[in-house]
Amino acid sequence: MGLDFSIVPDYLDIILLGVAWTIGITVASALLSFVGGIFFAVIALYSPWIIRQPFRLIEWVFMGTPLLLQLFLIYFGLVQIGIDLPAFVAGIIGLGLHFAVYNSELIQTAILAVDKGQMEAARTLGLSRGEALRKVVVPQAVNAVIPPIGNNMIALLKDSALVSVIGVSELTLSAQRVIGKTYRPFEFYLVAAAFYYVINLCMEWVQRKIERRIAVSR
Amino acid sequence: MDIELMLKVYPFFLKAAWITILLSVLTAGLGLICGILGASARLSRFSIVRFLGAAYVSVFRGTPALIQLFILYFGGPQIGIQLDAFEAGVIGLGINAGAYMTETIRGGIISIDRGQREAARTLGLSRWQTTYKVILPQAARLLVRPLGVNLNMLIKATALVAAISVIELTYTAQRYIGSTYKPFEMFLLAGVLYMIIIYATGRGVAWLDRKVRIN
Repeated sequence: MGLDFSIVPDYLDIILLGVAWTIGITVASALLSFVGGIFFAVIALYSPWIIRQPFRLIEWVFMGTPLLLQLFLIYFGLVQIGIDLPAFVAGIIGLGLHFAVYNSELIQTAILAVDKGQMEAARTLGLSRGEALRKVVVPQAVNAVIPPIGNNMIALLKDSALVSVIGVSELTLSAQRVIGKTYRPFEFYLVAAAFYYVINLCMEWVQRKIERRIAVSR
Repeated sequence: MDIELMLKVYPFFLKAAWITILLSVLTAGLGLICGILGASARLSRFSIVRFLGAAYVSVFRGTPALIQLFILYFGGPQIGIQLDAFEAGVIGLGINAGAYMTETIRGGIISIDRGQREAARTLGLSRWQTTYKVILPQAARLLVRPLGVNLNMLIKATALVAAISVIELTYTAQRYIGSTYKPFEMFLLAGVLYMIIIYATGRGVAWLDRKVRIN
Protein backbone atom coordinates (compact mmCIF):
# COMPACT_ATOMS: atom_id res chain seq x y z
CA MET A 1 0.00 0.00 0.00
CA GLY A 2 1.67 3.20 -1.15
CA LEU A 3 0.99 6.72 -0.01
CA ASP A 4 -1.97 8.73 -1.22
CA PHE A 5 -2.43 12.25 0.09
CA SER A 6 -5.28 13.10 -2.29
CA ILE A 7 -7.93 11.99 0.26
CA VAL A 8 -6.61 14.32 2.96
CA PRO A 9 -8.82 17.33 1.99
CA ASP A 10 -11.99 15.18 2.37
CA TYR A 11 -11.31 14.77 6.08
CA LEU A 12 -9.78 18.16 6.77
CA ASP A 13 -12.86 19.37 8.68
CA ILE A 14 -12.45 16.63 11.30
CA ILE A 15 -8.73 17.37 11.59
CA LEU A 16 -9.32 21.13 11.92
CA LEU A 17 -11.86 20.54 14.69
CA GLY A 18 -9.14 18.52 16.40
CA VAL A 19 -6.72 21.43 15.97
CA ALA A 20 -9.23 23.74 17.65
CA TRP A 21 -9.57 21.33 20.58
CA THR A 22 -5.80 20.98 20.89
CA ILE A 23 -5.39 24.76 21.03
CA GLY A 24 -8.25 25.09 23.54
CA ILE A 25 -6.87 22.38 25.81
CA THR A 26 -3.36 23.82 25.60
CA VAL A 27 -4.54 27.32 26.51
CA ALA A 28 -6.74 26.12 29.39
CA SER A 29 -4.00 23.86 30.79
CA ALA A 30 -1.43 26.64 30.40
CA LEU A 31 -3.61 29.02 32.44
CA LEU A 32 -4.09 26.37 35.13
CA SER A 33 -0.35 25.70 35.15
CA PHE A 34 0.45 29.43 35.68
CA VAL A 35 -1.99 29.80 38.56
CA GLY A 36 -0.97 26.45 40.03
CA GLY A 37 2.71 27.24 39.54
CA ILE A 38 2.44 30.53 41.43
CA PHE A 39 0.42 28.82 44.17
CA PHE A 40 2.94 25.98 44.57
CA ALA A 41 5.87 28.43 44.51
CA VAL A 42 4.34 30.66 47.19
CA ILE A 43 3.72 27.62 49.39
CA ALA A 44 7.24 26.31 48.87
CA LEU A 45 8.86 29.67 49.67
CA TYR A 46 6.64 31.34 52.24
CA SER A 47 4.61 28.74 54.14
CA PRO A 48 5.43 26.97 57.41
CA TRP A 49 7.25 23.65 57.29
CA ILE A 50 4.20 21.53 58.13
CA ILE A 51 2.21 22.88 55.14
CA ARG A 52 5.21 22.64 52.81
CA GLN A 53 5.77 18.92 53.30
CA PRO A 54 2.63 17.49 51.66
CA PHE A 55 3.19 19.80 48.70
CA ARG A 56 6.77 18.64 48.39
CA LEU A 57 5.47 15.09 48.22
CA ILE A 58 3.00 16.09 45.47
CA GLU A 59 5.80 17.79 43.50
CA TRP A 60 8.04 14.79 43.94
CA VAL A 61 5.37 12.40 42.65
CA PHE A 62 4.50 14.62 39.67
CA MET A 63 8.14 15.01 38.65
CA GLY A 64 9.05 11.37 39.21
CA THR A 65 6.30 9.64 37.25
CA PRO A 66 5.21 9.82 33.59
CA LEU A 67 2.46 12.25 32.60
CA LEU A 68 0.53 9.44 30.89
CA LEU A 69 0.34 7.52 34.17
CA GLN A 70 -0.80 10.67 35.97
CA LEU A 71 -3.56 11.17 33.40
CA PHE A 72 -4.81 7.62 34.00
CA LEU A 73 -4.80 8.24 37.75
CA ILE A 74 -6.71 11.52 37.50
CA TYR A 75 -9.23 10.31 34.92
CA PHE A 76 -10.03 6.93 36.48
CA GLY A 77 -9.28 8.00 40.05
CA LEU A 78 -11.85 10.80 39.99
CA VAL A 79 -14.44 8.36 38.67
CA GLN A 80 -13.64 5.98 41.51
CA ILE A 81 -14.26 8.61 44.18
CA GLY A 82 -17.55 9.49 42.50
CA ILE A 83 -16.52 12.57 40.47
CA ASP A 84 -17.49 11.85 36.88
CA LEU A 85 -15.75 14.55 34.88
CA PRO A 86 -15.72 14.68 31.08
CA ALA A 87 -12.43 13.36 29.71
CA PHE A 88 -11.29 16.78 28.48
CA VAL A 89 -11.68 18.31 31.96
CA ALA A 90 -9.64 15.48 33.46
CA GLY A 91 -7.08 16.05 30.69
CA ILE A 92 -6.84 19.78 31.42
CA ILE A 93 -6.48 19.13 35.17
CA GLY A 94 -3.78 16.52 34.55
CA LEU A 95 -1.77 18.63 32.09
CA GLY A 96 -2.28 21.77 34.18
CA LEU A 97 -1.11 20.21 37.45
CA HIS A 98 1.82 18.45 35.81
CA PHE A 99 3.14 21.68 34.32
CA ALA A 100 2.23 23.71 37.41
CA VAL A 101 4.85 21.69 39.28
CA TYR A 102 7.48 22.44 36.63
CA ASN A 103 6.47 26.14 36.49
CA SER A 104 6.67 26.32 40.28
CA GLU A 105 10.32 25.24 40.16
CA LEU A 106 11.09 28.02 37.65
CA ILE A 107 9.18 30.66 39.63
CA GLN A 108 10.95 29.71 42.86
CA THR A 109 14.36 29.93 41.21
CA ALA A 110 13.49 33.30 39.67
CA ILE A 111 12.26 34.79 42.96
CA LEU A 112 15.32 33.52 44.84
CA ALA A 113 17.58 34.88 42.10
CA VAL A 114 16.41 38.47 42.67
CA ASP A 115 19.11 40.03 44.81
CA LYS A 116 18.36 40.15 48.56
CA GLY A 117 19.46 43.78 48.54
CA GLN A 118 16.37 44.64 46.47
CA MET A 119 14.04 43.50 49.24
CA GLU A 120 16.16 45.16 51.93
CA ALA A 121 16.29 48.44 50.01
CA ALA A 122 12.54 48.42 49.45
CA ARG A 123 11.91 47.69 53.14
CA THR A 124 14.29 50.48 54.13
CA LEU A 125 12.35 52.89 51.93
CA GLY A 126 9.26 52.06 54.00
CA LEU A 127 7.45 49.51 51.81
CA SER A 128 5.76 46.64 53.66
CA ARG A 129 6.92 43.08 52.98
CA GLY A 130 3.91 42.42 50.75
CA GLU A 131 4.38 45.67 48.86
CA ALA A 132 8.09 45.03 48.40
CA LEU A 133 7.32 41.58 47.02
CA ARG A 134 4.58 42.80 44.70
CA LYS A 135 6.19 46.00 43.47
CA VAL A 136 9.91 45.22 43.53
CA VAL A 137 10.77 41.51 43.65
CA VAL A 138 8.01 39.94 41.54
CA PRO A 139 8.27 42.29 38.52
CA GLN A 140 11.98 41.48 38.26
CA ALA A 141 11.37 37.75 38.71
CA VAL A 142 8.67 37.80 36.01
CA ASN A 143 11.15 38.95 33.38
CA ALA A 144 13.54 36.16 34.29
CA VAL A 145 10.85 33.50 34.33
CA ILE A 146 9.01 34.20 31.06
CA PRO A 147 11.50 32.57 28.62
CA PRO A 148 11.77 29.21 30.45
CA ILE A 149 8.01 29.12 31.11
CA GLY A 150 7.58 29.65 27.37
CA ASN A 151 9.58 26.47 26.82
CA ASN A 152 7.29 24.65 29.24
CA MET A 153 4.23 25.84 27.34
CA ILE A 154 5.66 24.53 24.07
CA ALA A 155 6.29 21.20 25.83
CA LEU A 156 2.69 21.35 27.07
CA LEU A 157 1.37 21.68 23.51
CA LYS A 158 3.20 18.50 22.51
CA ASP A 159 2.18 16.64 25.67
CA SER A 160 -1.46 17.56 25.03
CA ALA A 161 -1.35 14.71 22.47
CA LEU A 162 -1.36 12.31 25.44
CA VAL A 163 -4.94 13.17 26.41
CA SER A 164 -6.03 11.32 23.26
CA VAL A 165 -5.31 8.16 25.25
CA ILE A 166 -8.08 8.97 27.77
CA GLY A 167 -10.47 9.73 24.90
CA VAL A 168 -10.31 13.49 24.36
CA SER A 169 -11.06 14.26 20.69
CA GLU A 170 -8.15 16.59 20.11
CA LEU A 171 -5.84 16.52 17.11
CA THR A 172 -4.26 13.12 17.74
CA LEU A 173 -7.53 11.32 18.42
CA SER A 174 -9.18 13.08 15.46
CA ALA A 175 -6.40 11.75 13.24
CA GLN A 176 -6.96 8.30 14.76
CA ARG A 177 -10.69 8.50 14.02
CA VAL A 178 -10.03 9.42 10.40
CA ILE A 179 -7.51 6.58 10.15
CA GLY A 180 -10.17 4.21 11.49
CA LYS A 181 -12.27 5.09 8.43
CA THR A 182 -9.57 5.37 5.79
CA TYR A 183 -6.83 2.94 6.93
CA ARG A 184 -4.24 5.55 6.00
CA PRO A 185 -2.17 5.98 9.20
CA PHE A 186 0.97 7.38 7.59
CA GLU A 187 -0.81 10.18 5.75
CA PHE A 188 -3.04 11.36 8.56
CA TYR A 189 -0.53 11.11 11.40
CA LEU A 190 1.81 13.11 9.17
CA VAL A 191 -0.92 15.71 8.66
CA ALA A 192 -1.45 15.85 12.43
CA ALA A 193 2.30 16.21 12.96
CA ALA A 194 2.36 19.07 10.45
CA PHE A 195 -0.38 20.92 12.35
CA TYR A 196 1.46 20.43 15.67
CA TYR A 197 4.63 21.69 14.03
CA VAL A 198 2.93 24.83 12.72
CA ILE A 199 1.34 25.61 16.12
CA ASN A 200 4.73 24.99 17.69
CA LEU A 201 6.43 27.42 15.27
CA CYS A 202 3.80 30.07 16.05
CA MET A 203 4.42 29.64 19.78
CA GLU A 204 8.18 29.94 19.27
CA TRP A 205 7.62 33.10 17.23
CA VAL A 206 5.51 34.67 19.99
CA GLN A 207 8.11 33.60 22.55
CA ARG A 208 10.90 35.33 20.61
CA LYS A 209 8.79 38.52 20.34
CA ILE A 210 8.18 38.56 24.08
CA GLU A 211 11.83 37.85 24.88
CA ARG A 212 12.90 40.72 22.65
CA ARG A 213 10.49 43.05 24.39
CA ILE A 214 11.87 42.01 27.79
CA ALA A 215 15.43 42.55 26.57
CA VAL A 216 14.47 46.07 25.46
CA SER A 217 12.71 46.92 28.72
CA ARG A 218 15.87 46.10 30.60
CA MET B 1 -6.61 0.78 50.11
CA ASP B 2 -6.61 -2.78 48.85
CA ILE B 3 -3.26 -4.11 50.06
CA GLU B 4 -4.18 -7.71 49.32
CA LEU B 5 -4.80 -6.93 45.66
CA MET B 6 -1.54 -4.99 45.45
CA LEU B 7 0.40 -7.92 46.86
CA LYS B 8 -1.27 -10.20 44.34
CA VAL B 9 -0.42 -8.13 41.25
CA TYR B 10 2.94 -6.62 42.16
CA PRO B 11 5.01 -9.42 40.53
CA PHE B 12 3.51 -8.35 37.18
CA PHE B 13 4.54 -4.77 37.87
CA LEU B 14 8.08 -5.87 38.73
CA LYS B 15 8.32 -7.73 35.44
CA ALA B 16 6.98 -4.68 33.60
CA ALA B 17 9.53 -2.49 35.39
CA TRP B 18 12.30 -4.57 33.83
CA ILE B 19 10.83 -3.89 30.40
CA THR B 20 10.77 -0.18 31.21
CA ILE B 21 14.43 -0.35 32.27
CA LEU B 22 15.40 -2.28 29.14
CA LEU B 23 13.50 0.23 26.97
CA SER B 24 15.22 3.12 28.76
CA VAL B 25 18.70 1.64 28.32
CA LEU B 26 18.24 0.89 24.61
CA THR B 27 16.56 4.23 23.95
CA ALA B 28 19.31 6.09 25.80
CA GLY B 29 21.97 4.28 23.75
CA LEU B 30 20.28 5.05 20.44
CA GLY B 31 19.52 8.60 21.60
CA LEU B 32 23.16 9.19 22.46
CA ILE B 33 24.30 7.96 19.04
CA CYS B 34 21.71 10.20 17.31
CA GLY B 35 22.69 13.06 19.61
CA ILE B 36 26.39 12.79 18.78
CA LEU B 37 25.63 12.56 15.05
CA GLY B 38 23.16 15.44 15.32
CA ALA B 39 25.59 17.66 17.24
CA SER B 40 28.35 16.88 14.73
CA ALA B 41 25.98 17.87 11.93
CA ARG B 42 24.94 21.09 13.72
CA LEU B 43 28.62 22.06 14.09
CA SER B 44 29.73 20.93 10.64
CA ARG B 45 31.80 23.07 8.27
CA PHE B 46 29.25 22.48 5.51
CA SER B 47 26.09 24.58 5.54
CA ILE B 48 23.95 21.82 3.99
CA VAL B 49 24.91 19.41 6.79
CA ARG B 50 24.27 22.12 9.39
CA PHE B 51 20.83 22.66 7.85
CA LEU B 52 20.03 18.92 8.01
CA GLY B 53 21.06 18.85 11.67
CA ALA B 54 18.92 21.88 12.46
CA ALA B 55 15.94 20.39 10.57
CA TYR B 56 16.26 17.12 12.52
CA VAL B 57 16.19 18.96 15.84
CA SER B 58 13.39 21.30 14.82
CA VAL B 59 11.05 18.62 13.44
CA PHE B 60 11.58 16.02 16.16
CA ARG B 61 11.38 18.53 18.99
CA GLY B 62 8.53 20.38 17.30
CA THR B 63 6.05 17.52 17.09
CA PRO B 64 4.71 15.19 19.81
CA ALA B 65 6.75 12.03 20.43
CA LEU B 66 3.46 10.12 20.53
CA ILE B 67 2.68 11.11 16.91
CA GLN B 68 6.22 10.17 15.86
CA LEU B 69 5.71 6.73 17.40
CA PHE B 70 2.36 6.33 15.62
CA ILE B 71 3.82 7.31 12.25
CA LEU B 72 6.61 4.77 12.67
CA TYR B 73 4.53 1.92 14.09
CA PHE B 74 1.20 2.29 12.27
CA GLY B 75 2.38 4.18 9.18
CA GLY B 76 5.67 2.33 8.75
CA PRO B 77 4.19 -0.71 6.97
CA GLN B 78 2.83 1.60 4.22
CA ILE B 79 6.38 2.57 3.29
CA GLY B 80 7.81 -0.90 3.83
CA ILE B 81 9.00 -0.60 7.44
CA GLN B 82 7.66 -3.53 9.49
CA LEU B 83 8.56 -3.31 13.17
CA ASP B 84 7.08 -4.95 16.23
CA ALA B 85 5.86 -2.63 18.95
CA PHE B 86 8.98 -2.91 21.09
CA GLU B 87 11.35 -2.19 18.19
CA ALA B 88 9.20 0.73 17.03
CA GLY B 89 9.22 2.04 20.61
CA VAL B 90 13.00 1.93 20.94
CA ILE B 91 13.67 3.41 17.49
CA GLY B 92 10.95 6.08 17.75
CA LEU B 93 11.85 7.21 21.25
CA GLY B 94 15.59 6.95 20.52
CA ILE B 95 15.42 9.25 17.50
CA ASN B 96 13.22 11.64 19.46
CA ALA B 97 15.56 11.68 22.47
CA GLY B 98 18.47 12.15 20.07
CA ALA B 99 17.03 15.50 18.95
CA TYR B 100 17.04 16.75 22.55
CA MET B 101 20.50 15.31 23.20
CA THR B 102 21.81 17.00 20.02
CA GLU B 103 21.13 20.38 21.58
CA THR B 104 22.60 19.33 24.93
CA ILE B 105 25.81 18.02 23.37
CA ARG B 106 26.12 21.00 21.03
CA GLY B 107 25.73 23.30 24.04
CA GLY B 108 28.50 21.47 25.87
CA ILE B 109 30.87 21.65 22.92
CA ILE B 110 30.37 25.33 22.14
CA SER B 111 30.80 26.21 25.81
CA ILE B 112 34.45 25.12 25.57
CA ASP B 113 36.57 28.22 25.16
CA ARG B 114 37.51 29.06 21.56
CA GLY B 115 41.09 29.59 22.66
CA GLN B 116 41.39 25.85 23.32
CA ARG B 117 40.71 25.05 19.68
CA GLU B 118 42.93 27.87 18.44
CA ALA B 119 45.78 26.83 20.73
CA ALA B 120 45.54 23.17 19.66
CA ARG B 121 45.50 24.13 15.99
CA THR B 122 48.48 26.43 16.52
CA LEU B 123 50.35 23.52 18.11
CA GLY B 124 49.90 21.64 14.86
CA LEU B 125 46.99 19.29 15.74
CA SER B 126 44.61 18.53 12.89
CA ARG B 127 40.90 19.43 13.08
CA TRP B 128 40.00 15.85 14.06
CA GLN B 129 42.77 15.61 16.64
CA THR B 130 41.69 18.93 18.13
CA THR B 131 38.09 17.78 18.39
CA TYR B 132 38.80 14.31 19.79
CA LYS B 133 41.82 15.02 22.02
CA VAL B 134 41.14 18.55 23.25
CA ILE B 135 37.51 19.61 22.90
CA LEU B 136 35.54 16.39 23.56
CA PRO B 137 37.36 15.30 26.74
CA GLN B 138 36.60 18.71 28.23
CA ALA B 139 33.01 18.83 26.94
CA ALA B 140 32.23 15.29 28.12
CA ARG B 141 32.81 16.28 31.75
CA LEU B 142 30.40 19.20 31.43
CA LEU B 143 27.81 17.02 29.70
CA VAL B 144 27.17 14.44 32.43
CA ARG B 145 24.64 16.53 34.33
CA PRO B 146 22.63 17.93 31.38
CA LEU B 147 22.55 14.50 29.70
CA GLY B 148 21.30 13.18 33.04
CA VAL B 149 18.34 15.55 32.70
CA ASN B 150 17.72 14.17 29.19
CA LEU B 151 17.88 10.65 30.63
CA ASN B 152 15.34 11.51 33.32
CA MET B 153 12.93 12.84 30.65
CA LEU B 154 13.57 9.82 28.47
CA ILE B 155 12.69 7.34 31.23
CA LYS B 156 9.35 9.07 31.74
CA ALA B 157 8.81 9.22 27.97
CA THR B 158 9.06 5.42 27.72
CA ALA B 159 5.51 5.42 29.13
CA LEU B 160 4.33 6.52 25.66
CA VAL B 161 4.93 3.07 24.20
CA ALA B 162 1.97 1.93 26.29
CA ALA B 163 -0.09 3.53 23.51
CA ILE B 164 1.31 1.03 21.01
CA SER B 165 0.77 -1.85 23.49
CA VAL B 166 4.29 -2.55 24.69
CA ILE B 167 3.76 -4.27 28.03
CA GLU B 168 5.83 -1.94 30.21
CA LEU B 169 4.93 -0.26 33.51
CA THR B 170 2.33 2.24 32.34
CA TYR B 171 0.60 -0.29 30.08
CA THR B 172 0.49 -2.76 32.96
CA ALA B 173 -0.97 -0.11 35.28
CA GLN B 174 -3.53 0.83 32.64
CA ARG B 175 -4.53 -2.83 32.15
CA TYR B 176 -4.98 -3.43 35.87
CA ILE B 177 -6.85 -0.16 36.37
CA GLY B 178 -9.24 -1.36 33.67
CA SER B 179 -9.73 -4.83 35.14
CA THR B 180 -9.76 -4.01 38.88
CA TYR B 181 -11.13 -0.44 39.00
CA LYS B 182 -8.49 0.43 41.59
CA PRO B 183 -6.64 3.37 39.99
CA PHE B 184 -4.96 4.63 43.17
CA GLU B 185 -3.50 1.26 44.11
CA MET B 186 -2.21 0.61 40.59
CA PHE B 187 -0.82 4.13 40.31
CA LEU B 188 0.96 3.63 43.62
CA LEU B 189 2.59 0.40 42.43
CA ALA B 190 3.72 1.79 39.08
CA GLY B 191 4.58 5.23 40.48
CA VAL B 192 6.83 3.85 43.22
CA LEU B 193 8.69 1.70 40.68
CA TYR B 194 9.15 4.69 38.34
CA MET B 195 10.43 6.81 41.20
CA ILE B 196 12.89 4.10 42.25
CA ILE B 197 14.21 3.86 38.68
CA ILE B 198 14.47 7.64 38.35
CA TYR B 199 16.01 8.10 41.81
CA ALA B 200 18.62 5.38 41.17
CA THR B 201 19.46 6.88 37.77
CA GLY B 202 19.79 10.32 39.33
CA ARG B 203 22.20 8.99 41.95
CA GLY B 204 24.19 7.24 39.24
CA VAL B 205 24.45 10.45 37.22
CA ALA B 206 25.53 12.44 40.31
CA TRP B 207 28.18 9.80 41.09
CA LEU B 208 29.52 9.88 37.53
CA ASP B 209 29.51 13.68 37.56
CA ARG B 210 31.60 13.75 40.77
CA LYS B 211 33.95 11.17 39.35
CA VAL B 212 34.75 12.98 36.10
CA ARG B 213 34.79 16.52 37.43
CA ILE B 214 38.15 18.21 37.87
CA ASN B 215 38.49 20.69 40.67
